[in-house]
Amino acid sequence: MTTIDKLLGLVIVILGGLTMFLSALPSTSLRFTKKMRPRRKQVLRPLPAFQKLRRAIGLAIEDGRGVHLSLGKANILQANAASALSGLSTLGRLAQLSIVSDQPPIVTSGSGSLAILSQDTLQSAYRSGSAMAQYRPDLGRMTGPTSFSYVAGTMPIVHREKVYTNILIGNYGPEIALLCEAADRQGTFTIAASDALPAQAVLYATAQEPLIGEEMFAIPAYLKAGNFHRSSIQAQDLLRWVLIITLVVGAVLKLIESLLGSAIL
Amino acid sequence: MKAPVATAIAISVAVILLMGSFLPIPLLQDVLQPYLLACAVIVAGVATLIGIYNLLSVHLGKLNAPKAGNLYSLFLLLAFLVTFIAGLWFTPADAGFQRVVTHIQVPVETSLLAVLAISLTYTSLRLLKKRQDMMAWVFVVSTFVFLIATGGYIGLLLGDVPGLRGFSNFINSLPMAGARGILLGVGLGSLTTGLRIVFGADRPYSG
Repeated sequence: MTTIDKLLGLVIVILGGLTMFLSALPSTSLRFTKKMRPRRKQVLRPLPAFQKLRRAIGLAIEDGRGVHLSLGKANILQANAASALSGLSTLGRLAQLSIVSDQPPIVTSGSGSLAILSQDTLQSAYRSGSAMAQYRPDLGRMTGPTSFSYVAGTMPIVHREKVYTNILIGNYGPEIALLCEAADRQGTFTIAASDALPAQAVLYATAQEPLIGEEMFAIPAYLKAGNFHRSSIQAQDLLRWVLIITLVVGAVLKLIESLLGSAIL
Repeated sequence: MKAPVATAIAISVAVILLMGSFLPIPLLQDVLQPYLLACAVIVAGVATLIGIYNLLSVHLGKLNAPKAGNLYSLFLLLAFLVTFIAGLWFTPADAGFQRVVTHIQVPVETSLLAVLAISLTYTSLRLLKKRQDMMAWVFVVSTFVFLIATGGYIGLLLGDVPGLRGFSNFINSLPMAGARGILLGVGLGSLTTGLRIVFGADRPYSG
């Protein structure tokens, strides 16, 4: 990375962090005077996939059937771990919602570290909800360490374990189609998202409700996981505009440079 | 706050790694960052072992459960046991051991790949039945267009028509533009997810 790249990266990180922090503040606690009113609540644009997801989770809880959350096969030490971290945030909220259900959510992952984190997240949610009796370590499972073994190990869960809703969020390859197909045969609801482009293309054709691009990171916010999740969506929107303006300005400058260069020559 | 010590450690490490990526401070880049990453690699290695233990315990539990289809669990446990003992005996670096493992794993994964190819073809054919909106049509038409364009069939079919090469290059660059747009979105989502960890808003380690 050049110095300009690093500087631009630092600016984006600081800007994103500040936006998240400031937009999370007014709705939480910091009001210095009584006259300071909390800001108008940010309204998330309605997305049919998330409305269906909320309904499917509700039906699964009412029906006493389980929700299966797949976290993918991301390595926690690599850049693709962000998708799995988003999945873990979703899991935290999902576990809170499922406390009233007889059937706790089942979580599958393709790496040991994700399996441990999923168990930790479940344990934390059940402890907060004073429902530790429902927690079992085997609810968070590693089903296979390679791409295909992960899918092969997860398919029996979709087939056999009374699953009503499948939430697939994480790093996958095109093999995710097998999982979507298995869920489709069972007649269960499937919402799926991946950070990898080949998987996104495959999911568009195979999943009932595919999420494209950054929509994957919005799932916790739509499940009302907390203020920081809502504010992170706001930060994403702001940063997207910053990037768009930077790209357009860069392209215009490049065009001017080439025009002036050819005029001088 | 839940797990304050773990949260403090996670935030400190995240800040050190983040600063080391952007600021040219030798202590951060040459000493702390490599050390912390080496620690993380060891922890991830141990986590993989725990994950394998988890996998085995789940399948052992299935063997004891009164359900049909537990034969697969038995098969998995036996295969693991044989591979584990052979790996200890011959060591994983042994060429013969590697060849045997590869000759079992590759055909199995290739057969899954074949199933995937059939499954994808079938699902693509069903797509327009499942989704009857404009985007489904756009998806199908663009898939065909780019399959033909990137396959080099335009040049083969039409020969050296003036301006065709430029048009073909333009068509081929369109998916790249779309992919970059999606990747920028994914990048921004990853950034805000990471920032939530840095702020301690997301704590998947606080069990």
